[in-house]
Amino acid sequence: MLRQVQHEPEVANFAVEAVDLVKDFAETRAVDGVNLAVPSGSIYGLLGPNGAGKTTTLRILIGIIDPSSGVRRVLGRERPLDAAREVGYLPEERGLYPAMHARDAIAFMGALRGLPLAEGRRRADALLAEHNLGDWAKKPIRTLSKGMAQTVQLLGTIIHKPRLIVLDEPFAGLDAINQARLEELIRREARAGATIIFSTHVIAHAERLCERVAIIAKGKVAFDGGVDEARSKLRPIVRLRTRASGGPWLAAIPPGARREGDEYVFELPEGGPEPFLKALIDGGAGIETLAIERPGLHDAFVAIAGNAAAAEMGQDKPQ
Amino acid sequence: MMRFLRSCFVIARRDFAATVLSKAFIFFLLGPLFPLLLGGVFGGIGARVAARTDKPVVAVIAPHADFERLNAARAQLAEAVGDDTLVRLIGYSPEPDLAVQEKRLLASSEPPIRAVLSGGLAEPHLTGSLAGDPATAGQINLLVNNARSGEAERIAEVAVTDAPATSGTLAKDRAVTGQIGQVLLFFLTLMLSTMVLSQLIEEKSNKIIEVIAAAVPIDAMFVGKLFAMLSASILGLVVWISSGALLIQFIKHGGVATLPMPAVGWPAFLALAVTYFGLNYLLFGAAFLMIGAQASTAREVQTLSMPVTFAQVLIFGLASTAIGSADSAEAIGAAIFPLSSPLVMLARAAERAEIWPHLLAILWQAAWVALILRMGSQLFRKTVLKSGPRLPWWKFGRA
Repeated sequence: MLRQVQHEPEVANFAVEAVDLVKDFAETRAVDGVNLAVPSGSIYGLLGPNGAGKTTTLRILIGIIDPSSGVRRVLGRERPLDAAREVGYLPEERGLYPAMHARDAIAFMGALRGLPLAEGRRRADALLAEHNLGDWAKKPIRTLSKGMAQTVQLLGTIIHKPRLIVLDEPFAGLDAINQARLEELIRREARAGATIIFSTHVIAHAERLCERVAIIAKGKVAFDGGVDEARSKLRPIVRLRTRASGGPWLAAIPPGARREGDEYVFELPEGGPEPFLKALIDGGAGIETLAIERPGLHDAFVAIAGNAAAAEMGQDKPQ
Repeated sequence: MMRFLRSCFVIARRDFAATVLSKAFIFFLLGPLFPLLLGGVFGGIGARVAARTDKPVVAVIAPHADFERLNAARAQLAEAVGDDTLVRLIGYSPEPDLAVQEKRLLASSEPPIRAVLSGGLAEPHLTGSLAGDPATAGQINLLVNNARSGEAERIAEVAVTDAPATSGTLAKDRAVTGQIGQVLLFFLTLMLSTMVLSQLIEEKSNKIIEVIAAAVPIDAMFVGKLFAMLSASILGLVVWISSGALLIQFIKHGGVATLPMPAVGWPAFLALAVTYFGLNYLLFGAAFLMIGAQASTAREVQTLSMPVTFAQVLIFGLASTAIGSADSAEAIGAAIFPLSSPLVMLARAAERAEIWPHLLAILWQAAWVALILRMGSQLFRKTVLKSGPRLPWWKFGRA
């Protein structure tokens, strides 16, 4: 849904907008009517299982490929490449010239976005030093570890101080320490005023970082909104352990409840906690423990994107 | 437009630096030495083998006096047409059983005998396998006749005055210059087109292409890559031409001043050589980049580039017909056909002095380069990242 179209790039409320994007590859429809609106200055997560269409959507948004139909607007411009100097992009499949020195690789990526080479080298030295890679500045990329090379590419993505940073699966292949560093870098860029869009199939990152998320499944946007809004689509979860194994209190347990060990796990009934608790106590349940939990983004994703998608995502646990 | 040019420059600068500052560039610069070296070695071996096997040996069974007269006639003829072109004669005294002697000599392997001449000068008879070698019989005929008549001693000497160059020798030398120019242009273009192709494949496999495509128009990448390799190769050309000139200066008596002057003069010829090289390379480099855009592995590249390489060889063949007949219908046709035009016009620069046909040809070729670059970059954009809606073939070029 296109909420507001601004003709002046400087005053656009949305850094990225997409209306009815469709992309067909031969007989396959990879993106099927995607509508997005990414508020300026936000951290926006694109969630979805592998093959959901996240990467294709991002590639369309930044102009690597054209949509079969639909409209996109990046920083107020209809041709994404017109905004290329204000955009940073980290592709899912990382690529650097193996023979190039780390600082030159970063400076080259800046030069592609209009940053003079000398200034790019100066900034690259500073960024590498800041990320404890100062000693590697003049070493060829092929001598760096995979994590280091990924950091170099990420630094190349932000070297020109872009207003919009697009990261495709940025946490893939990083160890826990580097994932935490990357999360901090994303927060810092957002504090500096950049809009950040990243795709992931690991929901924990999105839950910690994002203000807004879009959940994509099978090429369609199943949800687009705030993280709290996504969570609020689900009722709170009740975990109950009782001393009594039978009795009238069992009538208060909803039919969809499941057993996890000694516990019953189910959604809080519609009437709220008070009548439910009263029914348990009056029915002689003998409450041993009772917890009412707010659902996480993962639960919301399961509900929104469906069990099939959730099963795929479950194969890749957050670190 | 400025942004497009700046993007081209960023890509070209990176590719140029990566090419020129690599160790492989040293081998590239040394590249032309290998064909020369191989040509020299195999040419020398071939010449030695040819000298050993090609000159027919005829055994002469005759009295000593007859053999001496035959040999004198041969020596006289060798002065006129050169020793290498004549049969070699070896004398043998007659034995009682002539048939046995002939049979033994024809079976001899050291030296291998082509034929046996018996009967002396009075009743000469040649025996051997000569059905496919009429020249040997013809030469023996001539030698026997000369030896019999004694004309060998009466040949008049023609007085000779040596002139440095005539129209005949100049035309031949200029044709050779044109031919060398064409061969160099052809091989260099072939080599460089393949290099630019392998660079593209490396970028596709490294996934760098996605970073570049997100930042600059893909057409800028196409043009930047072509011009980077063009700049690197022009650097190579300058090194080769300078080294060649220095080498000739040191090893040839009189230095570069003794080289046959192309019809347009050396400065214009060298400038035209660089220009035609650039245009030829851009035409074929664009074709190879288009191929690279469709292929994702080295094997696919080999398969796809084979027809283009064959076409290049055919075009080279077409262009070489213009050497020595720059104003013929074939030469003019080949000069108009855009893919052979640079090769033909370079040969013409060696053989004809007019400059205006070159100005026309450069404009004509530049127009084709612009067209092919445009078509190439569009196809490149559509195929390298599988981007953009598909167009029917008849709308190609209008996207």
